[in-house]
Amino acid sequence: MKRLLLASAASLVAASVAGAEEIKLGISVGFTGPLESMAPQMAEAAEMAMAEVTESGKLLDGSTLVPVRADSTCIDAAAATAAVERIVTTDRVKGIVGGMCSGETTATLQNVAMPNGVVMISPSATSPALSTLEDNGLFFRTSPSDARQGVVMTEIIMDRGIDNVAVTYTNNDYGKGLADSFAAAFTEAGGTVTINTPHEDGKADYSAEVGALASAGGDALVIAGYVDQGGAGILRGALDTGAFDTFVFPDGMVGSALETNFGTEIEGSFGQNPASAGAGRDAFLAMATEAGFDGTSSFAAESYDAAALIMLAMAAAGSSDPATYKEKVMEVANGPGEPILPGELGKALDLIAAGTDIDYVGATSVELIGAGESAGSYREIEFAGGKLTEVGYR
Amino acid sequence: MDILNAIVALANFVLIPAAAYGAQLALGALGVTLIYGILRFSNFAHGDTMAFGTAMVILVTWALQGAGIGIAPLPTALLALPFGIGLTAALVLGTDRAVYRFYRRQKAAPVILVIVSMGVMFVMNGLTRFIIGVEDIAFDDGARFIVNARAFRDATGLDEGLALRSTQVITLVTALVVVVWLFWFLNRTRTGKSMRAFSDNEDLALLSGINPERVVMYAWLIASALATIAGTLYGLDKSFKAFNYFQLLLPIFAAAIVGGLGNPVGAIAGGFLIAFSEVGVTYAWKKVAGYVLPFWEPDGLLQLLSTEYKFAVSFVILIAVLLFRPTGLFKGKSV
Repeated sequence: MKRLLLASAASLVAASVAGAEEIKLGISVGFTGPLESMAPQMAEAAEMAMAEVTESGKLLDGSTLVPVRADSTCIDAAAATAAVERIVTTDRVKGIVGGMCSGETTATLQNVAMPNGVVMISPSATSPALSTLEDNGLFFRTSPSDARQGVVMTEIIMDRGIDNVAVTYTNNDYGKGLADSFAAAFTEAGGTVTINTPHEDGKADYSAEVGALASAGGDALVIAGYVDQGGAGILRGALDTGAFDTFVFPDGMVGSALETNFGTEIEGSFGQNPASAGAGRDAFLAMATEAGFDGTSSFAAESYDAAALIMLAMAAAGSSDPATYKEKVMEVANGPGEPILPGELGKALDLIAAGTDIDYVGATSVELIGAGESAGSYREIEFAGGKLTEVGYR
Repeated sequence: MDILNAIVALANFVLIPAAAYGAQLALGALGVTLIYGILRFSNFAHGDTMAFGTAMVILVTWALQGAGIGIAPLPTALLALPFGIGLTAALVLGTDRAVYRFYRRQKAAPVILVIVSMGVMFVMNGLTRFIIGVEDIAFDDGARFIVNARAFRDATGLDEGLALRSTQVITLVTALVVVVWLFWFLNRTRTGKSMRAFSDNEDLALLSGINPERVVMYAWLIASALATIAGTLYGLDKSFKAFNYFQLLLPIFAAAIVGGLGNPVGAIAGGFLIAFSEVGVTYAWKKVAGYVLPFWEPDGLLQLLSTEYKFAVSFVILIAVLLFRPTGLFKGKSV
C-alpha cells in the first residue's frame, strides 16, 4: 500500500513537471455588487484568452486551461476572501485573474494568495496603495494606479479651461485613493477643489450630498464613484436640481448605463478610462465581437491581458508552479522581444518554445513598471448627441 | 435680490427634496405603525413589500405602455397603481394565511413574530429580484419637471435655479390624499373604529363582538396599499432598485419610532423630522450665507456635520427620543 501511494505520488509529481495537465485558473471578479454590470465581460475576456491557448495546444505540452469563477462582490472583503479561499484550496488554481476592486483585492492577496503562494494579476484594482503593498512578488496589475489617473484627469479638465471643480467619491479604497490623488494633482496644477466629500453607495436618498456639493460650487463635478451605485444617484440629484451642468467621469463611472439612463442630459460631460488605441485593441475588439460580448466594456481588455500574461509566464518558466513562473511575468510583459497582439498567443508560445524573447503588447499596450503595474494609457471620452464618444488617447 | 437668491437656493436643495423624501418616509412609516398597532409586532418585511409592490406596478406600467394607454402628462405608473396594490395585497394576505396566522393562533410573543417577519422579508427579497431583477429601472414617463432649474434662472434673472419635479409634487399630493383618507377611514367608518378598538384593547374589542380576522385582514390590506404607494412614489422620484428599498427600511423605522409606534400622526411627523434633519443638519450653508451676509466671506463650507454622518443624525434623534420619551413624540405604544 505504501509503495503504491509513493508510486502514485511520484507519478503525480512527474506529471506536473512535464506532460500535459489540466491547469485551473481563477477569475475573481464581482459578479454581484456595485460593478456587476462590468464583471461578465471581464470574465468572458479572460476565458477567451484561456480558450485560445487551450486550442493552440502549445502550452506545457498541450495542457488545457480550465477557468474557475469566483464572486469577489467588489465590496465585501470577507465574502471575497471566502470565495478565493475556495478556488485556491479546493479547486487548486495556479493563478488568479482578479480581484476587481482595490479593497477586496488587498484582502484576498494578503489572506489567501500570499499564504498559499498563488499569483494574482488584477485587471482593475487601481488604488495607489497597492503599488507599495508587500506582495512576495505575487501581485501584478494590468491597470494603472489611480495616482496616474489623477494626473491624466487633471490634464483633461485643465485642457478644457476648467480650473474649479467639486469632487465626490464613493467611500472606499478606490474612491478615496482616486479622489485624493486627483485633488493633489489638480491643486498642484493651479486648480481649486472646492469640496472633496464622500458618498455612501446604495443609500435611499442623496439630497444632502447634492446640497453640500452645490453649496461649495465649481464649474464641474467630478464623480469618482460607481455607475451602478451611488455615483448614478448623485448624478441624478445634481442634474435634477440644476446644481452642475458638466460632469467628469473617471473609470468607475464610464459604462453603457450612463448612456441608457442619462443620454442627452449629460451632453458635454467627459471623462476617461484606462484603455489604449492601436492594433492590439482593434484585434481584441474584433475577437470579442466574434465571441459575442462587448469588448469596449471597462476592464474587459485588461482581463484578457491578465490571463494571457499568466499563461505566457508559465510557458516561459516551463512550469505552472506560481513560485516559478512569477519571476517571468515582467519578462514576457516587457521588451525587448517580438511584439505579441491579442489572437497571437499560439505564435507567442511557439516563439517561447524556440527560445525567442517576446514582448506582450496585448489589448492594452501592456508595459509593466514599478512593482508590476501598467504604465497607463487612458481613453478620453465625451458625451455628444446622447452617445458616449471617444475623443482620443492619453 | 440676494435674499431671494438665498431663499431659492435653500428651497432647491433643502426644502423641496426633504419634503418629498419626508412624504415617502411618512407613507412607509404609516404602514409600519399600522401593523404594529393592530398586530403588535414590527414588520421588517415592509421595505420589501414596498419593493414587491413597486415591481408589480412597473410590470403593469410596461403592459399599459405597450398597449399605448397613458395619462400624459402624468406618469403611467399612477394608472397602474391600483393593479399593483391588488397584486401586492394578494401576496401579503397569502403570506398572512400561510405564515402569520399560525403564530397568531399560538399567541406567539411579539419577538417571535418579528423574527418571522424577517424570514418573510428574505423570501420577498428574493421573489422581487427573481421577478424583476437587480438592475436600476427608471419607469417614470410624462413631464419630468414642472419648473426646470435652467428655465427658472433664465426667466427670473436670479443666479440660483429652482427645480420642481412633477414626481415631487405628485408625491406630496398623493401622500396628503392618502393620509386624509386614512384618518377619515379610521375615525369615521365602522371598520376603522373597530380597528382602533382592537388596537387599543384587544380583549374588550373581542367581547364587543369584533371579528379579529376581519380586522387583521383590513390592516394587511391597508398596509400593502400604503407600501405599494410609498414604493411607487419613491421609485418615480428616484429610480427602482430592489436593494434600495431594503436600505429604506432603516429611516422608515426611525421615523415610525420617533413619532411613536402605533400612532399615525406620529408616523407622519416622524417621516418629515427624519428627512429634514438628514438633509438640513448636513447642509453646507456657505452659499446661503454668501447671499444673506455678503460682507462675510467664510473660509469653510459652514457645514455642521459632513454628509457621511447623515444617518448618525437620524439615530441620535432616535436615541434621544427613546431616552426622554420612550413612547415617541406622539405617545405611541411603548417599544
